[in-house]
This record gives sequence, structure tokens and C-alpha cells, in this order.
Amino acid sequence: MFDVRPVETDYVRHRAAQFRAQVERRLDGSLTEDEFRPLRLMNGVYLQLHAYMLRIAIPYGTISPDQMRMLAHLAETYDKGYGHWTTRQNIQFNWPRLVDIPDMLDKLASVGMHAIQTSGNTIRNVTTDAFAGAAADEYMDPRPYAELLRSWSTDHAEFQFLPRKFKIAITGAARDRALVAAHDIGLRLRQQDGRTGFEVWVGGGLGRTPMLGKVIRDFLPEEDLLAYIEAIISTYNLSGRRDNKYKARIKITVHERGLDVFKAEVEEEFANRRRDFHGADREALAVFKNRFAAPAFRNGPTDGYEAARAANGAFRSWTDTNLHPHKVDGYASVIVTFKTHGATPGDASADQMRLLADLAEQYGHADLRISHDQNVVLPHVHKSDLPAVYAALQKAGLATANAGLTSDIIACPGMDYCTLATARSIPIAQEIATHFKDNGLEDEIGKLNIRISGCINACGHHHLGHIGILGLDRAGVENYQITLGGDGYDIPAIGERAGAGFPYDQVVPAIDRLLRAYLELRADASERFIDAYRRLGPAPFKAALYPEPAHA
Amino acid sequence: MSKAFVPTAAKPGVITANDLREGHNVWMCEDGWTADPAHATLFEDEAIADLALLKAVGQSNIVVGPYLVEARRGPNGPEPTHFREAFRQRGPSNYFHGIQTLKQAKLTEASNV
Repeated sequence: MFDVRPVETDYVRHRAAQFRAQVERRLDGSLTEDEFRPLRLMNGVYLQLHAYMLRIAIPYGTISPDQMRMLAHLAETYDKGYGHWTTRQNIQFNWPRLVDIPDMLDKLASVGMHAIQTSGNTIRNVTTDAFAGAAADEYMDPRPYAELLRSWSTDHAEFQFLPRKFKIAITGAARDRALVAAHDIGLRLRQQDGRTGFEVWVGGGLGRTPMLGKVIRDFLPEEDLLAYIEAIISTYNLSGRRDNKYKARIKITVHERGLDVFKAEVEEEFANRRRDFHGADREALAVFKNRFAAPAFRNGPTDGYEAARAANGAFRSWTDTNLHPHKVDGYASVIVTFKTHGATPGDASADQMRLLADLAEQYGHADLRISHDQNVVLPHVHKSDLPAVYAALQKAGLATANAGLTSDIIACPGMDYCTLATARSIPIAQEIATHFKDNGLEDEIGKLNIRISGCINACGHHHLGHIGILGLDRAGVENYQITLGGDGYDIPAIGERAGAGFPYDQVVPAIDRLLRAYLELRADASERFIDAYRRLGPAPFKAALYPEPAHA
Repeated sequence: MSKAFVPTAAKPGVITANDLREGHNVWMCEDGWTADPAHATLFEDEAIADLALLKAVGQSNIVVGPYLVEARRGPNGPEPTHFREAFRQRGPSNYFHGIQTLKQAKLTEASNV
């Protein structure tokens, strides 16, 4: 078992106390809203379409059972009984009262959690592979490095007022499940000549100007990680644009100035910065590597698992879709999808959170992860325990066998909650999921990533969906653009717009035509939608989306 | 969008904001602020609306982010003209939460009389 609790609990408590005083001053009129807004945002408090929203950091998606129980307590006590997993491995509460948030932050601090840097132009939550430390295709656990970056970036004085927000992702697996190419900085752990280091990507991002990152360093030795990252961000801090919010992300800086120019500045700054690192970072890394040591895996028979698979079709189906290969024989990672057909993607009730905490303790080496696709992962479950885990999940409505399928949709909160949104996302996701369950095509369609965003800020990562859906306001009516061919994993690609947008009630019929065409076009059942799209190009898929009107 | 809106008799508007302490949506009405948009004051005159908006801005110890937005005269009071305001007046579409619960409570209360 490991301890994910950050050590700086006193600092977190201090920040919570500070925020309590700030709220008091806001309520008694000593602070205006203009003065208060940046203070509340620094503590993850947004004002959304219907209410305040509190975004709580779940560093690299890793959370312990007692922290999960605290989230359940907050959901019941201060919200409407649920929380929402975000696409950045955080949780959001949609209905807290401002007057309650100081109490919520105090309680979070008691389990080492906080909402610091979940907003504002700062370095945000560092994200990683939800199967970190468990995946069969992983060559190095990225979490110690993610923790090093988290502790270094938290309250980093130089980087509290960057030109724009800044997101770092890291992976140590063969398959990139952290979407490094879509982040301001992406890190891929590598071995070279017996040394550990990183392939460093810079300038990726989605939003209104989607761009895939570029490799700025083929190999950065691990001991230089913080100095180099600091060099990149300090270069951006000076040269990033502050005149235009929409051109302020590092992707624009790199794009406008050119990678070579930017890289030359970074390398020069790196040479300076490197002199200031005297080994404390390496000592911290050694501590973090111990903290994330593998749990004591057990070596037991898996006969019961195989027998249960043979006897129970529903269980077999769930194990076919919702398990991820583990690096240790006899183990699997369990994907608990929060995508039951017709449910809101990523919403978890307090009871469901408590169940996950219990299951993690009983069967999962006390480890839980929030994935960027708004699901929860039990990374280490022995296969002999899977029938019991499945039975418990099934009772709680959490055993839907749909991980990676049509209904496993990423959707931002959209205009049902978000004040920036231009259209709704959630009901589109609900209707697509229900539609393909009702018509029985979901299993036949197989692996498919649908991603929905309710505005061009792209929190739903629509650019990376095999099918992306972007909700817009067209002359006062909700309208949805469809993009095709995006991919965040195997071959990172930004989806291409298929054509004119669809009104709300035409989105599901359009997706239906598209997927029926795919079933006709694919070479065989093993060819995924994205593979067929790459082989055939967009034309036959566009033809399905925009059929020629029948001639009279 | 809405802050630049200028109300006229043909295109009236309401002033809306969020409650500072609770966060929920509120509308300016004759005697202050209401969570029931049907009770909102409908402004048809630019000067009167501007004055009311100034007053709202001055009540920053009660509300956050007041703005003027188009509405139309309905049988039971002002109604939204844009879907964003319709969602603000109703609540999210995935759960029965938000303003719609207040309306339900009012209906229940009325049927119990």
C-alpha cells in the first residue's frame, strides 16, 4: 500500500484558513467581487450557470479510499449527493454554497486534499495514465515524476501568473493514455543507453486552436527534469502573449515563434537554471519512488475467475471490455465506467464513491484512480477477486460492460452547468448511449471513442474523438458540428470537420447513419471505426452524414 | 452578449444575477431579488433599466454579476428569448435540480391550499 497524501498538510490547512477569511471579507463587503474573483479562482471556486462550482484536485488521478470517502461526505453534506469526474482527473461539485466552501476546504485539508491551482493561469493538475504502476505495457511508473512535478509546481511563486493556464501530462507506457501530444508539456518516459529520461513534447493543446505538440527534446535525463521544465515555462512566461487571451497558450507561442527559436531560448535558460538545482529534487524523487513502490502482490490461483467467466455470460462480457492487462500475472486493472446508458457521463453518487473505497480496500490494495475519460479504475485486482468485485459493482449499478465502446462517451458539463458553454453536451451523450443500446448495435460497432464538447474550449476533447461533437450557438439555436478521425492514443490526430452542423434533434440520427455506414464499409469486425476511416478516407463517412436528397 | 443589450418596448429585458451567498440564479423584482423569474421586473426603457442595473451593481453584498438580458412578456410573467436564459430559468436537463425545483415546490404548495 502506498500513501498518496501530500506531506504539506499544514500549508493546505493554512490556505483553507486564508480562504475562510477571504469569504468573510467578501460577505461583509470588505472585498468587491472584482477583488474576490481571483482569490476564489485560486481555490477552485467558479461561478457557473446555476450555482458555484468547486473543482478539487486529484493529483494525477490517484486517490486513496479515505479521500474518496471524504468526497462522498462532501457530496452528501454540501452538494446534491453526487460529484462529477472531469476530463483532467479532477472532481467537480456543481452545487456548493459559497458560505459552505470554507468548511469543505477544511475537511479536504484533513485528508490532504485541496482545490489549489485547479483554476487560474497557473500550472494545473499534472495528469497521467490511469493504469500507471499497473499496466502491462508500462516500462516505468510515471507517478513519482508526476508527484515531483506536483510538489514543485504547487505555489511556485514564479508561475502563479502565467500568460494562460498550463497543463502537463506524463506517461511511462508504450501506449500513450495520458495524451501527451495534447498538452502544453507532454513527457514520455524513456530509457537510453541505460539511463532514464524523457521525450519532451511542447505546445500541444485543444481549445479553439487545436494543435498537436512537438518534440523539443528527444531525451532529457531524469535528473534534469525540473530545471528543463522550469526553463520551458519561464521562457513561455516571458515570451507568451498577454495581449490576447485566445493567443496566450504556449502552443501559439511555439507556433508563432517557431520551435527552433523557442527551443534555443529554452536551452539557454536551461543552462542557467540547471546551476540552481543542487540535488534536493533528486532526493525528493527518491522518496516519491519509495512512496509509489508496488504493493505486495499475491500469487494465487485464478481458477475461480475462469470458472465464473464460463458460467456467467454477463460477467464474461464485463471482463472482456472492462479489464485492462496488468503487469503482474493473475492481476487485472478494473475499469468502472460511469457511463451507464442514459446516465450523465462521469457523475458519481456518494454511495458509489463509498463502495469504490470499500472495494479498493478489500480487493484493490487500497488504490483508486480517476481516468481522463471520466471513469474510475481499480488498478490492482487479483483475478480471483473479480467475481466478487463484479457482483458488488452490479448491485450499485456500476457494472456496465462498455469501457471503450460507443456509450463510453467523454462529455463536458456543457450548457447544463457551464457558464462558458454554447450548447448542451450531457443530453447528447445520454441519447447516443441509449440509442445504440436500444438498437442493439453497440457490441457490433466495437471500440469507438465519441467525445462531446459544449463549446470551442474543448473540455470534452472532441478533437481527439474518433467521432467528435462540438455544440455551438447558431443564431440562438443549439447546433452541433461533427468531426471525424481524431485520436488521442495510437496515432495522435486532430479530427476534421465533416461539414455543416446539425440541429440538436438531428445529432443522434446523423451518428446512426454514420455508424451504420461504418458497419457496411469495414473490412471485418476487427477493423475499428477509426481504422476504417483511415483506410477509406472521409468521403464515404461524409456521404453517410450528408445523404443526397432523393430525386423526385 | 447580454450586457450590451438595450431594452425597448418591443424588446424588453430583465436583470438577472447570482445570489452571493447561495450561488443560485436571481432576478430583480419590485421589492428586491427573486428566485422566480416569472416575478422579474420587465424593463422596456433604456434609461430606467440602466439605473436599475447600476442599483444592482451597487448591491454586490447580495448578488454577483448582474446583467440585463432580453425577455418577452408571457402570460405568467417574463419569459426567456434565448436558450441559455431558458436553462438558467429551469435548471440542468439531466437532473431535476435548480430553479425548476422551486417551481415544483410552489405548485405543490398551491395544490395543498
